[in-house]
Amino acid sequence: MTAQSEVPARARLERFDGAELALHWVNAGLFAVLIATAAILYIGPLTALVGRRELIRYLHVVTGLALPFPLIAARLGPWRPAFVADVRALARFDDDDRRWLRSLGRAKNVRMGKFHPGQKLNAAFTLGAIVVMLATGAIMHWFDYFPVDWRTGATFVHDWLAITLAVVILGHIKMALSDGDARRGMSQGWVPTIWARRHRSKWYEEMTGHAASPGRGGGPPAPD
Amino acid sequence: MEGKPVGRRVVLGMMGTGVAGILFGSKAADLLERVVAPIASRDGTGFLSLFPVGRFRIYTVTGRLHSRSDVDYRLTVNGAVDTPVTLTLDDLRAMPATRMTKDFQCVTGWRVRDVKWTGVRLADLLDKAGAKQGSWGVRLLSFDGVYTETLTMDQARRDDVIVAYELHGKPVTAAHGGPARLYVAPMYGYKSIKWLETVEVSETEARAGYWEVRGYDTDAWIGKSNGRDDRPV
Repeated sequence: MTAQSEVPARARLERFDGAELALHWVNAGLFAVLIATAAILYIGPLTALVGRRELIRYLHVVTGLALPFPLIAARLGPWRPAFVADVRALARFDDDDRRWLRSLGRAKNVRMGKFHPGQKLNAAFTLGAIVVMLATGAIMHWFDYFPVDWRTGATFVHDWLAITLAVVILGHIKMALSDGDARRGMSQGWVPTIWARRHRSKWYEEMTGHAASPGRGGGPPAPD
Repeated sequence: MEGKPVGRRVVLGMMGTGVAGILFGSKAADLLERVVAPIASRDGTGFLSLFPVGRFRIYTVTGRLHSRSDVDYRLTVNGAVDTPVTLTLDDLRAMPATRMTKDFQCVTGWRVRDVKWTGVRLADLLDKAGAKQGSWGVRLLSFDGVYTETLTMDQARRDDVIVAYELHGKPVTAAHGGPARLYVAPMYGYKSIKWLETVEVSETEARAGYWEVRGYDTDAWIGKSNGRDDRPV
């Protein structure tokens, strides 16, 4: 990790703009409330400790229903270009990404674009999870309008996906904690150029026009 | 941008799985319970109880869990009776015990199989106080100060309606409604009022209970109310 003061402006690459940072942290805040209220509703000893079931359930439902709006605002606002470009980058897996996927993360010398394929999977999973949690949550909340079996089925999906989501989010946080430079990308919007060159070589080349490993365009990155 | 839209496939795949889960999840949940519940019941660590299989969920409607020690606990039967009685937990334990192993079915869909209940038939308590003939039924109050339930006299006098003080052979914990709670076997869980404090015999139809005024059925027969078709207990 490099301290901020040691990285002069010319040695930085802009990674996310202000709107993207806001989107990430608003989402993080909503997820934090959802996880906290879910834990209170679901884990017996916590339920017993906190009580106020009606209030907690209301908070959980309202926060859940709020989830799509930051995403919609990011997509429709005047600040959308960076967001749209990043969504596109996240959705597509190029040859390197797929090689990494097929090797289950063991492939060496994989050259990364702006996002690591693991980040891409995380983004896709989180979006899918938001859609499914909203749909199943809506059935659980407005159960009167749906067949009875759907309510049980929706509860089943909501419960298991919540557990999976908790594991994935813990993994996301663990990865972030292990890389201070990458973390700075999401807290301040920029990363040290040297980090991009080492860890996101194709993105580095796009951004700077320099080869990440001089003389060996497609080869492995230079030794550290 | 080159590359395959793997991200879109992940999202669509999850949506497809989600729809399948909504449509067939109740069967999958049932199957899982049959397979996992016997294992989970032998899990001493309680870790498995974190997973959504065959587990009780603790619902309270008040701000905190109101607990009462076994010594301080009192159960009163009053209202339209010959002599109001107030019983301690020891008094309850001294009465003839009813034991049954029956499922607990919640109206939100979860079911805990083969729960071992021990308690006193509500009918015996009504006889002890001398509930007036021809009364409409009972109004049940919890010492949480908020939750209430009602049963007609025919329902209250059933053999499978007990004031339970043991669950799986151990004292009913505060989270599960101890020191003593009602267990109405043939009805959805919300009828089985926790932290039972007062049984009030009512000559006229009693004011509906906590969830009933919020839209749930008063005659909460499992499989024949609230629009559900669960297997009866």
